[in-house]
Amino acid sequence: MTAPPIAVVTNIFRPLSTPAESIAALSWLVVGVCLAIFLVVAGLLAYTVVRFRRPAVDLDREPAQVYGSSQIEIAWTVIPILIVIVLTMATARVITEVQDRPRPEDALTVRVIGHQWWWEIRYPSLGVVTANELHIPVSTSSNQRPTFLQLDSVDVAHSFWVPQLAGKTDLIPNHPNWMWIEPKVEGTYIGNCAEFCGLQHANMLIRVVVESEDAFSQWIAHQKTNPPAGQPGEKLFLGLSCVNCHTVAGTSAKGTFGPDLTHLMSRQTLGSGVMSNTSDNLRHWIRDPQTVKPGNLMPNMQLSDREVDQVRDYLMTLE
Amino acid sequence: MQNVAAIETIPTNVSADLGVRTTTEPVTATLHEWLITVDHKRLGVMYIATALMFFVVGGVLAAVMRAQLAFPNGTVVPPDVFNRLFTMHGTTMVFLVGMPFLAGLANYLVPLMIGARDMAFPRLNAFGYWIFLFGGVLLYFSYVGGEGLAGRGTAPDVGWFAYSPLTEHPFSRGTSTDYWILSITLTGLGSISSAINVIATTLTMRCKGMTLGRMPLFVWLLFVVSGMVLVALPPLTAAQVMLLLDRYLGAHFFDTQGGGSAILWQHFFWIFGHPEVYILILPGFACASEIIPVFSRKPMFGRAAMLGATVSIAFIGLGVWAHHMFTVGMSSQSNIFFVISTMLVGVPTGIKLFNWIATMYGGRIWFATPMLFCTGFLFQFLVAGLTGIMMAAAPFDWQLSDSYFVVAHFHYVLLGGLLFTLFAGIYYWFPKATGRMLDERLGRWHFWLLVIGFHLTFDTLHFAGILGMPRRIYTYAPGRGWEGVNLVSSIGVVFQGVATLCFIWNVVRSLRRGAIAGNDPWDAWTLEWATTSPPPEYNFATVPEVRSSRPLWDLKHPDDPDWKFE
Repeated sequence: MTAPPIAVVTNIFRPLSTPAESIAALSWLVVGVCLAIFLVVAGLLAYTVVRFRRPAVDLDREPAQVYGSSQIEIAWTVIPILIVIVLTMATARVITEVQDRPRPEDALTVRVIGHQWWWEIRYPSLGVVTANELHIPVSTSSNQRPTFLQLDSVDVAHSFWVPQLAGKTDLIPNHPNWMWIEPKVEGTYIGNCAEFCGLQHANMLIRVVVESEDAFSQWIAHQKTNPPAGQPGEKLFLGLSCVNCHTVAGTSAKGTFGPDLTHLMSRQTLGSGVMSNTSDNLRHWIRDPQTVKPGNLMPNMQLSDREVDQVRDYLMTLE
Repeated sequence: MQNVAAIETIPTNVSADLGVRTTTEPVTATLHEWLITVDHKRLGVMYIATALMFFVVGGVLAAVMRAQLAFPNGTVVPPDVFNRLFTMHGTTMVFLVGMPFLAGLANYLVPLMIGARDMAFPRLNAFGYWIFLFGGVLLYFSYVGGEGLAGRGTAPDVGWFAYSPLTEHPFSRGTSTDYWILSITLTGLGSISSAINVIATTLTMRCKGMTLGRMPLFVWLLFVVSGMVLVALPPLTAAQVMLLLDRYLGAHFFDTQGGGSAILWQHFFWIFGHPEVYILILPGFACASEIIPVFSRKPMFGRAAMLGATVSIAFIGLGVWAHHMFTVGMSSQSNIFFVISTMLVGVPTGIKLFNWIATMYGGRIWFATPMLFCTGFLFQFLVAGLTGIMMAAAPFDWQLSDSYFVVAHFHYVLLGGLLFTLFAGIYYWFPKATGRMLDERLGRWHFWLLVIGFHLTFDTLHFAGILGMPRRIYTYAPGRGWEGVNLVSSIGVVFQGVATLCFIWNVVRSLRRGAIAGNDPWDAWTLEWATTSPPPEYNFATVPEVRSSRPLWDLKHPDDPDWKFE
């Protein structure tokens, strides 16, 4: 399987990809300016609170009734406007840098399509379809390899957010969006769907596996193969209603409502990140997905124990 | 020199011999009187009391959520219940607490502050209250009306801004979304009624000598708020009607399956939604603008600038809405426009903050409970504004949007900012409305417990957002670095709960046994303090006449009146 995670702690200030780095640099500038403003203003307020408390022996005199001061008021209008100008210029620069980067002809493009509550992933130029785990090549100075993602949804609005790789971009039905990532370090990156999309929004995680060019090519080559025919449990599986929702390439299972299962065992997790991909967990899911991810759109298929075992055994062969 | 006797009361704490209505009379008045009242003072009290009741309800909803999120893989509530909780919490706090509170403050204080007998349209005032109450009850009826998952009713579960197409029929079966639509439409009608009333009253019923320039800042701010309500509420109502048409009559405005636009809903909603948050906070600014000068013993520094800044906020605030939409895929030019407008609106807001501090500077500050709350507001609103500037930088917002950083930001604005000023206002005007002082000691307990609880809960949530925790998730896996901040955040709720209990106890106790307030317990300067506590039904025996924005200062300082300098 793939490399162990870099970290599951996804700090936006630990960027490992170009757009996330540009964003972090701007963010530090803004935080710095805001911190300076805070120290000045809060300091002034704290000083005022301490210095001008009513004295214990209050001689009942009213202090000088000051109505205002033109110079001071102009100063504290002009200075904030200047700060705003600087910040907006810095911001506009990063916006165009990230949003308006032209897409090279030969760049790797991946279609990410949101579903309630999983991610469909298609590599149109490479003929690969998978789910929940996005594999992309790492970008080095000698081999710059940005990946462009086209985002869409079949149902409600979702949002693709892998903090260490890029800012989030929404997946909105009827409104395809583009984004790009250019990761610099290999590993597995975790993100969450970041637009409330219904019951299991909390459990719609995305994994992005960044690997070397060679490993990526190998992965693609493997994903394009069909699983061997005649495995135990295959006949039972193809006779059940699983085929109505799921695809296994090279078989009569051609359903598209649920995730593609052709290479299910090559993924790290099941249920878009809700549990790790083990034999026991898989059995648990097949038996009753509603106990694992209540409300998800795969119902309890009411299989007998024997059927559950056989289906699990068959799926375990889909590497 | 004007006729001092035109204002019938002496500006000290003597009140007993002025034929004052006893403080117990409003409490023992018959239910019937309250039900049919058109008196602005009674309606004001009803608005605020109802808002406080919904505040407690909304707080309980939040407490349950924080219990669920205190630990990873929480099992306090299942996902469907959690999704209803955050939807109802947000909807309640914005529409059933914030809006009626400001209506209550406006309706109670505006006539008194301008020397009028009542609002311009007393019956419209009553209509506004009752339709708001009906809308609120309808929203909560959703918990028990109709069918739902496992019999848990059909309360709305689509988030308080109800993005489409989640709210369309294929994804929102049953009637829960319809409860949201209908109840908010009703409360919106109440808000619009109030706004019409405040504008009409302010323009036509000021007492002699009170030019628009001499109105108290409170009245100005609520006048501007009312204008914003008239502009901002209709887009929401329109969107809700369109959503109803989608859901029931086969329209496809926002129905993406039928070619509609999810983004159109967002534009409509946020064209309402952003001015809405200024509508919510400006009344808090109004309270601060009355209280800070009185307790600093100085006039508001830069009064004209405060007025100019308020109007600027109102206008610029109508042009910032799409900063809620930086991640939906608008063009870079559109994003840049909204970056500029959003950062710009920070300028007049900052000016107001500086003016408040400058009012305190050089004063003799008395930290009675109202001023404690205002001081907390100043620190906290500063932070809130700065995190707003951070999110105005759109690329930063591409990380922070829809994360707990946003949750922390807007709770800083609404709880740390607005709620603190509303409590300041309650401690300040409760004596006027009831004739009795709230207890200072309980007030300090309330304040400090709330400060501790608020900071425990919301400071931490900034970090949860920075660590990648999205909003509106009913649980999270361990190992993401979110456990510690969530636990601390949940502990803060306990302090906030105890603080609220202190407040409720203070109110209950003071209604019966609070110190008698007299007309003017704070030695203040605006007209509401020139009549008894509580005021008689007709407010003023003789219509007052003023020569400056601080008529009672002029009375108390005949050698140094404001009208010589203004």
